[in-house]
Order: sequence, then structure tokens, then C-alpha cells
Amino acid sequence: MYVYNDFDEKFVRERTAQFRGQVARRIDGSLTEDEFKPLRLMNGLYLQLHAYMLRVAIPYGTLSSTQMDQLAYLAETYDKGYGHFTTRQNIQYNWPKLADVPDMLDALADVGMHAIQTSGNTIRNVTADHFAGAAADEIEDPRPVAELLRQWSTDHPEFQFLPRKFKIAITGSPNDRAVTRAHDIGLRMVRNDAGEPGFEVIVGGGLGRTPMVGKVLRDFLPKADLLPYVEAIVSVYNLLGRRDNKYKARIKITVHENGLDKIRELVDAKFEQIKAGFAGFDQQLLAQIEQHFAAPAFKQASTAGFEAAKAANPAFRSWSDTNLTAHKADGYAIVSVSIKKQGATPGDATADQMRVLAQLARDYGHDELRISHEQNVILPHVHKSDLPAVYAALREADLATANIGLISDIIACPGMDYCALATARSIPVAQEIATRFDELKLEHEIGPLKIKISGCINACGHHHVGHIGILGLDRAGVENYQITLGGDGTEDAVVGERAGPGFAYDEIVPAIERIVLAYLELRASDEETFLQAYRRVGMAPFKAALYPAQEDKANAA
Amino acid sequence: MSRAFTPKVITANRLLEGDAVWLTEDDRWSPDMAQAELIDDEAHAQIRLLHAQGQPDVVVGPYLVDAKPGDDGPLPTHFREAFRTRGPSNYAHGKQAEV
Repeated sequence: MYVYNDFDEKFVRERTAQFRGQVARRIDGSLTEDEFKPLRLMNGLYLQLHAYMLRVAIPYGTLSSTQMDQLAYLAETYDKGYGHFTTRQNIQYNWPKLADVPDMLDALADVGMHAIQTSGNTIRNVTADHFAGAAADEIEDPRPVAELLRQWSTDHPEFQFLPRKFKIAITGSPNDRAVTRAHDIGLRMVRNDAGEPGFEVIVGGGLGRTPMVGKVLRDFLPKADLLPYVEAIVSVYNLLGRRDNKYKARIKITVHENGLDKIRELVDAKFEQIKAGFAGFDQQLLAQIEQHFAAPAFKQASTAGFEAAKAANPAFRSWSDTNLTAHKADGYAIVSVSIKKQGATPGDATADQMRVLAQLARDYGHDELRISHEQNVILPHVHKSDLPAVYAALREADLATANIGLISDIIACPGMDYCALATARSIPVAQEIATRFDELKLEHEIGPLKIKISGCINACGHHHVGHIGILGLDRAGVENYQITLGGDGTEDAVVGERAGPGFAYDEIVPAIERIVLAYLELRASDEETFLQAYRRVGMAPFKAALYPAQEDKANAA
Repeated sequence: MSRAFTPKVITANRLLEGDAVWLTEDDRWSPDMAQAELIDDEAHAQIRLLHAQGQPDVVVGPYLVDAKPGDDGPLPTHFREAFRTRGPSNYAHGKQAEV
């Protein structure tokens, strides 16, 4: 894992000290809120419905056990004993007091973390495949490149006032678990005909008000060209992106309005102009960073105990079936720890749970943890012989829910329970859907199904790429929920299609139930997933299930 | 013809704590909306808003928002404002636990 060098350390400490001064001047009245707001946002501090919220970056979703322990300390000391992991691999604290925030930032700096550029029109936290460095299908660990991008983008003088926020996601696997096609820039590692690794560069993806699937700007970019090429893209956007209308300011609109060919022409020209200036320094830096991400010393041991435990314990077997993913090293597995027990708040972990996870990483996980954009916690390197012990400890901490990828593994933004921008609640909708299908005991029969819920059009809950997406809106002063179907966030990204008129708060859970029961009725076999079935039969049968009354009327007429 | 003025209260978030507060008739900021001054005159509303905006060292972002009279004091008319009087629905945190 990357460890701050003297430069990083000094920079983060200086920023924290500056913010301490800014907070003090705000409190003593020398700064107005208008003056202070951009300063606090640069440091990840928002003012929400009920309190301040501090958004802390977890670069490319990677944490050490020491860092996780520190997140627990912050949750306990400055919050109400928990933290909320987000779809951008950040953690949000919902209840800090203004005067405490500089101390929180100091505590983060103690473990090489910060909240810089988690807000504002800058390049935000670079997100990555949460199985990076562990996945069996991976070409290369993308995190060294992600760290290079973090260092390059942090306080980059040219990119502190972009037309709008800018999000980069990266994956080292051809199977995209990082939703790269829904980012301003998506980087997906692929091999060229000669077998060399490089990147497919995707630009102009994004959800929000105008959802768009990103377009391929370059089929294959050699790794060595990555930084100047990304700089060329951001540089072109910085000049060309619209500043007259914030709803048309994201690069997806720039690409849409100017056309991909024009953008490519401009980016190529800029790239030619600047690449000589990089002079190999970026590659030297990358080589240094890569040393920090050397794979752990994987152990050799028998996996017989794991197989025996699976045979003996049905609960452990069920958890193994849903929560483990193939690892690149023999005898190892990737463990996804669900922090979405049915009825719980998606993405929330208590300080005690964070400490348990940190301890498990120390004892069994080569000291590594990941946060997924799906709001779960990953132990990326666990030897199978240790899985029974890991499972037992997770059970003890109420963290052994066997639901990864299933209907209760719901992404939900904080919604109007916390967020000042929200137009409706999303957390209770997620809680009730998960609880309902748990009561019906249908979850495992339904199989893989991604429900994603956003509490406003900005789509932090990725609803457009949910197999079932739910968008909460304010319709004439009442919460109303729109359903989209058929969305997909993988390398075959698709924006879901709107099913029809929205549903009231007390109608949305039954509506979802009707969709899912319709799927169980119509699927070709137990193996056909919801998304496959939707692609086969289309919207009509689901619409009929959603709006039975209209259907009857149509039949009568 | 301009729309008829509907009754309002002034609300904001406290600078230090960040919690929701309402302006009372006797110029306090109360965490209990029921104690808020219910304003039914537009000109008076503007004067009270100016008064609120003149306290940047106490509150952040004061605004006028619709409210209706209740037995114990003003009540919210929109769900967003109702949530602000209570706190989140997933935990007993915020005002529902404190006030």
C-alpha cells in the first residue's frame, strides 16, 4: 500500500493547518459564510439538513487496518459511533461539529488520509475496482496508476476551477466492476494485439440529470502515455466545457455538443503538445509507486479445512457462495463483507464493526481492506484455510450477511434523511425492500439483482445503472419514486429505461415486489438472471405487472 | 396579480453545531420549530429575514419557508421541513432524540 512520503505529509499537514485557521476566522466572524463556503468545500466539509458532513477520501478504495481503526476512532469521537461508506469509495461522517473538523483532519493526516478535493469543481477521489490487486481476471493492479493520478490531480494548479466536478475511475480487469463507463474519464485496462497492457480510454460518461454512457476516445493507450493523455483531456475540457449553465457543464455535455471526433482531434493535438514535457518523470514516479503495491507474500496451505467447514455448516456454505470471489493466488479468496444486513442502512458501519474488520485484515488479510462503490467492505486477500475463522468473527460482529449481489445488497444514497440536495428519502426505501424480501425468503431464489436508489436527480445512488433503479422525487410536495429497468453498470453499460409513472412512498415497495414476482414467473429457467430476462422479454411484461389497473382498462377498451 | 402571501417561519442551521433552528418572536434561535414566530405579513417577513441575515456568526443560510399554525406552535407544510424538525428516519438521532 502507498505510504505518504515527506512531500505528501507536509502538503496534507499544511492544508489542515490552513483550514484550522479558516475555521477559527469563520467562528470569530472575520470570514463570512460566502467567503468560507468554498474553503470548507475544498476540504470536504458540507452543511447538510441536520448537521455538517465531512466527506473523507479513500483513494481507489484502499485502506490499511491502521487507517480503518482511525476511521473508527473518528466515528466514535466526533460522530455518533458510525460512518457511511459511499458509492464513490469515500466515507462520510454525518454529525461533526464545525470546531472539531480541524482535529478530525489532523487525525486523518496521522494515518495518511485527507478530505481534499472530495467536493468542488476539481478532480475528485479516483475510484478503482474494489478487487484490484486480487482479482483472478485482472491484467494488472490499477492502483499504482490511480495513485499517480491522485498525486497529479491533488492541488493541480490548472484544474482547481474546472467547469464542473470531474470523476475518474480505473479498472485493471476487462470485467468492469468500477462503472468506468459512467465516469468523466473511465480507464479500462486491455491488451493490444502484441499482448501489451494499456488502457481503453472512455470519456463523457455520467449519470445525474443527463445520463450518458461514456464513449471510447482511444481503443488502446500505451500505459506510458496515460498521464499526459489524461492531462490533455482535462485541459481540453477546462477550456471547452461550458461555464454558462451548471447543468450543461460536465464533460459528457461537452462531448455530446462538440462530437467525439472533435474532442479526439483537440485532445490529440494537446497531447502532442504536452507529452514531451513529461520527459519520463511520471514513469519514474510510477515505478516508485508500484513498489508500494507489490503483492503480499501469499502463503501456501491446505484448503481441506475450508471444504470440510462448507460441508458441515450450511450457513457458512451459503455465505461462501455469495460473498467470495475468485482470487488470482492459489488457495486464496476475495471476501466481500456485506454491511447491508436486511433492514440496516446501506453503507453504514459502526466503529466497533470497523475495528473488527481492521483486526480481521491484520490477522487474516495481509493488512488490506477495500471499500466498494457498492458500499461494502472487502478483505481482498484471505487464504481459504482462514475463511471459517473469518466467518465466525464476522458473525460475532453481525457482519456475516450472505447477500452480496442479491436483492438486499442495495446501493442507496443518504437521500433526504441527511442530504440537503435530496428530493426524497432513499435509505428507508432500501431498508424496507431488503426487509420485505427477507420475510418472503425469496432472496436466494431471485439470484443476482442490483437495485440502486437515488434520492434526487444527481444520481449518487447510480439508479440509472441498476437492474432496477429507483429515483426519489418531490412531486407537488409529496415523495414520489420513479422506476427504471434494465440498467447495467458493467463494461456493457446501459442506462435503464423508465417504466412509467412514479409511485408514492407507501407504494414503492409493493411495486418492486410486483416486478420481481413477474420476473420469477417469466424467467426461462432458474439460471436466467433478472437482467437477462429483461433483455429477452423487454419492458412490456414488467409494465403490466407494475400498472395492472391501466392494463385492465386497455383490455376493456 | 401576485400570489397571496402564505404564513412563514424563518429557519437556518446553527454555525457551530450545524443543526436546524428557527427564529422566535423574541429574537432567539430555537431548535424547536413550535417556538418559531409564525409570520403572516410579507413586509414583516422581509424585515425578520434581514434581521436573521445579520447574524452570520450565529446561523448559516437563513430562509423563509411555509408553515401552518398548530396547537403548540407553527408546523411544517412540506416533508423536507418536517424531516428538519425530527432528524433522519434510519436512526433515532438528531432532534427526535434530543429536543
